[in-house]
Amino acid sequence: MSQPSVDDLVAARREYSAGFITDVEADTLPPGLNEDVIRFISARKDEPDWLTEWRLQAYRQWQEMSEPDWPHLHYPKISFQDISYYSAPKSQADGPRSLDEVDPELLRTYEKLGIPLHEQAALAGVVPDPEQPSSNVAVDVVFDSVSIATTFKQKLADAGVIFCPISEAVKSHPELVKKYLGSVVPQRDNFYAALNSAVFSDGSFVYIPKGVRCPMELSTYFRINERNTGQFERTLIIADAGSHVSYLEGCTAPMRDENQLHAAVVELVALEDAEIKYSTVQNWYPGDENGRGGIYNFVTKRGLCAGARAKISWTQVETGSAITWKYPSVVLRGDDSVGEFYSVALTNNRQQADTGTKMIHMGKNTRSTIVAKGISAGRSDSSYRGLVRVSPTAAHARNFTQCDSLLIGDLCGAHTFPYIENKNNTAIIEHEASTSKVSDDQLFACQQRGIDTEKAVSMIVNGFCKEVFRELPMEFAVEAGKLLEVSLEGAVG
Amino acid sequence: MSLLEVKDLHANVGEEDGQEILKGLNLQIQAGEVHAIMGPNGSGKSTLANVLSGRPGYTVTRGSLSLESEDLSHLEPHERAQAGLFLAFQYPVEIPGVSNMEFLKASTDSLAKAHNAEQPDAASFIRQVRTLAETLDLDPQFLKRGVNEGFSGGEKKRNEILQLLLLDPKMAILDETDSGLDIDALKVVAEGVNRYRSANNGVLLITHYQRLLDYIVPDVVHVLADGQIIQSGDKNLALELEAKGYTWLT
Repeated sequence: MSQPSVDDLVAARREYSAGFITDVEADTLPPGLNEDVIRFISARKDEPDWLTEWRLQAYRQWQEMSEPDWPHLHYPKISFQDISYYSAPKSQADGPRSLDEVDPELLRTYEKLGIPLHEQAALAGVVPDPEQPSSNVAVDVVFDSVSIATTFKQKLADAGVIFCPISEAVKSHPELVKKYLGSVVPQRDNFYAALNSAVFSDGSFVYIPKGVRCPMELSTYFRINERNTGQFERTLIIADAGSHVSYLEGCTAPMRDENQLHAAVVELVALEDAEIKYSTVQNWYPGDENGRGGIYNFVTKRGLCAGARAKISWTQVETGSAITWKYPSVVLRGDDSVGEFYSVALTNNRQQADTGTKMIHMGKNTRSTIVAKGISAGRSDSSYRGLVRVSPTAAHARNFTQCDSLLIGDLCGAHTFPYIENKNNTAIIEHEASTSKVSDDQLFACQQRGIDTEKAVSMIVNGFCKEVFRELPMEFAVEAGKLLEVSLEGAVG
Repeated sequence: MSLLEVKDLHANVGEEDGQEILKGLNLQIQAGEVHAIMGPNGSGKSTLANVLSGRPGYTVTRGSLSLESEDLSHLEPHERAQAGLFLAFQYPVEIPGVSNMEFLKASTDSLAKAHNAEQPDAASFIRQVRTLAETLDLDPQFLKRGVNEGFSGGEKKRNEILQLLLLDPKMAILDETDSGLDIDALKVVAEGVNRYRSANNGVLLITHYQRLLDYIVPDVVHVLADGQIIQSGDKNLALELEAKGYTWLT
C-alpha cells in the first residue's frame, strides 16, 4: 500500500488534479452562526457540558473581536453568516465503526487522493495480506467536518499511542483534552482562533506517552468537499516527557468558483525532553489563474516547548490556497528547548501568502532556527512575516533566521516583515535575507544543455528550497518537489 | 552534407527593427573539422554563437542555419541542444542550490530522453563524471557544489569542457573559452577539446588570441569583421593576424 501520496494528487496534470467533487449525500447546517448553531454542533458530537460552554465562551469573545487587518493581503470582506459551520456526509451520522461501514463513495475519494485507507487488516485485526505490504504511516482522514477513519489504531495502541479524531478523544480521554485544549492557543488568541474554538468540527488528537518513540509517522488528510462550508479542524498533539513523534498533514479541496474558508487551529505540547516534528504539505485549491475561487487558509498553529530540552519543529510546503495567513510558532518555555521553522511558500497566478513564524524565547539557552523560502510567480504576492521575541528570562537565547525570496517573472511581489524584540542582552540573534530572480541566463544555460524551460525552472526552484526539503520526511520530500513543479507550470514563457 | 551550414545569415540584436549585427554570414563545417573564428571586438563573434544556439534576444532576419541538414532556426534552444549543438559559454552562469552533479544528470537524462535512449544509472554516471573531473584537474568535491557557485574563472571554463566531454555533442561552439585562463588551465582545456575531437564531430572556436590555436590546431581560420567573414585560410592565417592585427584586412 502506498503512502498518502501528494504525487497522485498532482498526477502531472496542468489543472488542479484534486479538484473533483465527491457526490455523497451530506448533512449540512444552513449558513449562519449563532449560539444555537454552536449548541447544535456540540450536541451533534454528543459533547460534555464543559466543552459546549467552552465553545460558547469562545463564540462570545469572537463576537467582540475583529478580523486582523495588518497582513499584506487583499480580499473582499468575508461574510461569516454566509458560511455553513457543519457538514457531514450523511451516511456518517452514526459514525463508522470500521471501514466496512464507510460510504464506498468516500473510500473512492480517498483512493483518488492516494491515501492508504485500506489498512483494514490493522483495523479489523485480520491477518495482514502478504501481497500488500503495509504502509508505515497511520492516517486520520477528515472530510468536511468529520473524521472518517483512523488507520493502524491497534498497532499504535500497543505502543500506548493515542491517535484518534478529537471528537472521540473528548469522550475517551476527557482529562487530556480538558487539560490541554486551548492551553497553547487560547480561545481569544486571535479572530480566527476564536472562531475555530467556537465551531471546530473535527481534527486529530495525538498523545504519545512518556518515553515512547511513536512507531510510525502519523498523518492526517483534510479535505473540504461540500459547497459553502468552512472547515474548522482542531488538532491537538501532546508529547509526554521523553517521547517523540513525527506528524504529517496534507490538504485538498475541490475546484469551486467561490472562496471557501479554512480556519484551523493546531496546538502542540512537548513536555520535558520530548520532540514533535510537524510537517505540512498544503495543496488546497488555489483558485483559477484569474484569482476566482480558492481556499482562504487562515490558520493558527503553535507549539509549546513546556519542559526543558523539548523540541518542536515545523516544516511546511505551502503551494495551495488563494490566500494563506499562517504563522506556525513555538513558545520556548523550557530551558534549553529548541524551536525550528522550515518553510517553502509558493504563490503563482493571483495567489497571496502572508506567512512566517513566531519564536518566543522564555527559557534559558533556548534556541530557534528559521529558514523561510518564498517563491513568487505570475501576479502573485508572497510575504514573510516573522517575530523573534526574547524575554528577560531567556538568558543566552539564540536565533538564526534566513529568509530568501525567489521571483519568477516581473509581475509578482515578495516582501519581508521581520520583527525582533530582544529584552535580554545575552541573546544572539542573526538574520539573513536575500531576494533573487530566476534569470534568463540561468534558463538559457539549462536549455543549452537540453533541459526544457519548465524542467529548468523546477530544478532551480527545487535547488532554492533544498534546505527545507531536507527537513521533510523522505516520502514527502520527493512529492513536495513534484508539487512545486506542477504548481509552477505555465509560470515561465 | 555539411555538419554545420550557415547561409547568408542576417541577425539583429533585439527585435525585427534592432541593430543588425550579422550581415550575410556564410560558414560550412564538415564532420572532423575544427574551425576558428577570430575578429576584432564588436565584429559579431559572440552574436554568432548566440544566434546558432537560439539564445533569446536576437532575431534572424534572413538566411538559414542547419545542423546535418536539419533546419535549426525554428527550434527552441533546448531542441537545438538535443539536436547535437553545444555551446561552451564565455561567462558560465551560476545556479545556486542545484548541484553540479544534479545538473549534469538532468542534462544527460534530457538528451537521452530526446533520443529515446536509456538514461544512465546513477552509480555508473557518477563514476563517469568523477573520472572526467579528474582528467580536467577538478576536485571531485566541486561536483557537489552548486553549478558554478563560487567557482574560479578557470574552474568554470573547465566545467564547460567537462560538460562537452560528457555530453559528446555533434557540434561544439566554444565562445572565448580561453579568455581569462592562465597557461596551465589553457593547456588542460585544450587537451579536453582535443580529446573530444573526432571524425564525427565538429568544433567552432571563437577566440581573440592565436595562443589557443597553438594547442588546438584548427583546419580552417576565418576572420569575422562587421558581421561577415572576410577572409578564410589555414592555421597560418591566425599567425599572420597575431603579427599584423586586423587592420590590414578591414
